[in-house]
Amino acid sequence: MLVHEFLENSAGKLPDKVALITETGRYNYRLIEEKSRKISEALMADGLNKGDRVAVFMDNSLDAVAGIFGILKAGGVFVIINPTTKVDKLTYILNHCQASMMFSSQDKLSMITKCLRNILSLKSIYVSGYGANLVDTAGKRIVYLKDIFCGKIVNPAAPVIRATDLASIIYTSGSTGVAKGVVMTHHNMVSSANSITQYLRSSSSDIVLSALPLSFDYGLYQVIMAFKVGATVILKKAFGYPYRALETIVKEKVTGFPIVPTISALITKMENLKNMKFDCLRYITNTGDALPADHIKKLRKIFPKTKIYSMYGLTECKRVTYLDPDQIESRPASVGKPMPGVETFVVDNCGKSVGPNVVGELVVKGPNVMQGYWNMPDETDKFLKYIKATTDRVLFTGDLFHYDKEGFLYFVGRKGEMIKSCGEKVSPKEVENVIHGMPSVSEVAVVGVDDPVLGQAVKAYVVKANEADITNGDIKKYCAKRLEDHMVPKYIEFRSSLPRTETGKVSKSALI
Amino acid sequence: MEQKENTRDKIYNFIIENYLFGDTDTELKDDESLLAKGIVDSTGILELVLYVEKTFNIKVKDEDMIPDNLDSINQIVRYINDSPHR
Repeated sequence: MLVHEFLENSAGKLPDKVALITETGRYNYRLIEEKSRKISEALMADGLNKGDRVAVFMDNSLDAVAGIFGILKAGGVFVIINPTTKVDKLTYILNHCQASMMFSSQDKLSMITKCLRNILSLKSIYVSGYGANLVDTAGKRIVYLKDIFCGKIVNPAAPVIRATDLASIIYTSGSTGVAKGVVMTHHNMVSSANSITQYLRSSSSDIVLSALPLSFDYGLYQVIMAFKVGATVILKKAFGYPYRALETIVKEKVTGFPIVPTISALITKMENLKNMKFDCLRYITNTGDALPADHIKKLRKIFPKTKIYSMYGLTECKRVTYLDPDQIESRPASVGKPMPGVETFVVDNCGKSVGPNVVGELVVKGPNVMQGYWNMPDETDKFLKYIKATTDRVLFTGDLFHYDKEGFLYFVGRKGEMIKSCGEKVSPKEVENVIHGMPSVSEVAVVGVDDPVLGQAVKAYVVKANEADITNGDIKKYCAKRLEDHMVPKYIEFRSSLPRTETGKVSKSALI
Repeated sequence: MEQKENTRDKIYNFIIENYLFGDTDTELKDDESLLAKGIVDSTGILELVLYVEKTFNIKVKDEDMIPDNLDSINQIVRYINDSPHR
């Protein structure tokens, strides 16, 4: 099975069923299949070869979804990039994966222009929306998607695609400060979608409300899984207005609502929801970070008939565990057991399995585990290793867990310093590298601090160089031009020096 | 009229300071959607609501937290001016 066959099968069985609802309209399976078909033909005519990387740098939209499936049909590998990524990192990602083509939107063109000259691999840019032509395209071909959609399907010879072929690369924050591209095959993605839709009991009668970006695997899979079962996805650009989202649940009879703790923090703050009935809502899923116990309590009050799934996963293997909703009251702190087809072990520093109630690193084995990090063999070897008599490599998650006597897993913390803000990983090193780029900064240390809405907020401790005249605002502004939105520090504190350990390293634990 | 300008300026300055970190290079028109332009996200809207409540001494009800009232400088100013609690 291939990822794009999910769409093809549903378009065959349910052509007139609404597949996607966005701010611009309601679109059925036939239309999305046709659009993605036309895109795939255009890409092949443009010289796309099997395995070529095609970047998707767009907000949640119909064209982004059609683009992803079009790339897959043409045998390409889609590289989905957070739409708030700034020039330097965009240039790095496009060069690192050697993207030959890119999908984006008219409103991002002026920003993209700034990096085109530095990306030699890039030949064409496929643009959603219409507008003024680029002044300087640096020799790249600009193609408007609307022009492709006006054309006819001509049925060129399609490439032979196997389940073991690469399908996607998702860049994720790495502890070294350099983004790493998580590589997945069709088989990886299909296996994850099969497992998750199995435990969620997804069906074609589901209507899923997703305000998560497609660049976040949790958001991407909402569409993939809905297309697999022939369901409907309401795709929002952002979770902007909590009340509006809840109104949508009632109005559209939403059955599935994937959230991260930031969303539940906003919902559980609302007071006047007694008049709203959410009987239609079959399930809420949470991942990205643990749902605090008081959120669970409040969510159960607001949504008394809804099953709440606490889950755990990471981009490197999509999803690992889920807690049976019937257990949420008796084990609110647990993220449950491995999903179908997946095995987990909790191991000590020597890689040996530990018993119940002993903290160790969680290791994951299964068809959901990534192939590795794109073009980073050393980094891949640090996370994918052989243990015991395994024939496939297993994933060392870098997350600390323990399990109880009945096998329920509990997240304890992260090895290393990674921060989780709004459910997404933030590498302190990446933020520190950016702030270090300011001439008026001599030292910086970035940590995560507890935040009731974000889970963790990014905080930077800064030592000025030679009493330089810089303010909080200067640093935030500098970061906002270079980092994705969720990585920009919320708090900045100036210090005259940073505490150090005996070996001279900055002691972050002494800072907080 | 003077009061309307004050309200508008306060909101404009709050947005520039808190979401654009003082960066006036980004052109922000009074009728532009803050969400579509990527200036505020859900947590940003919450901060905006807290600011409006504190500065203008009004209570923003949950059901008032919709784009019609909060998604552009013009809409926020209109919402504040129309608020019966002022």
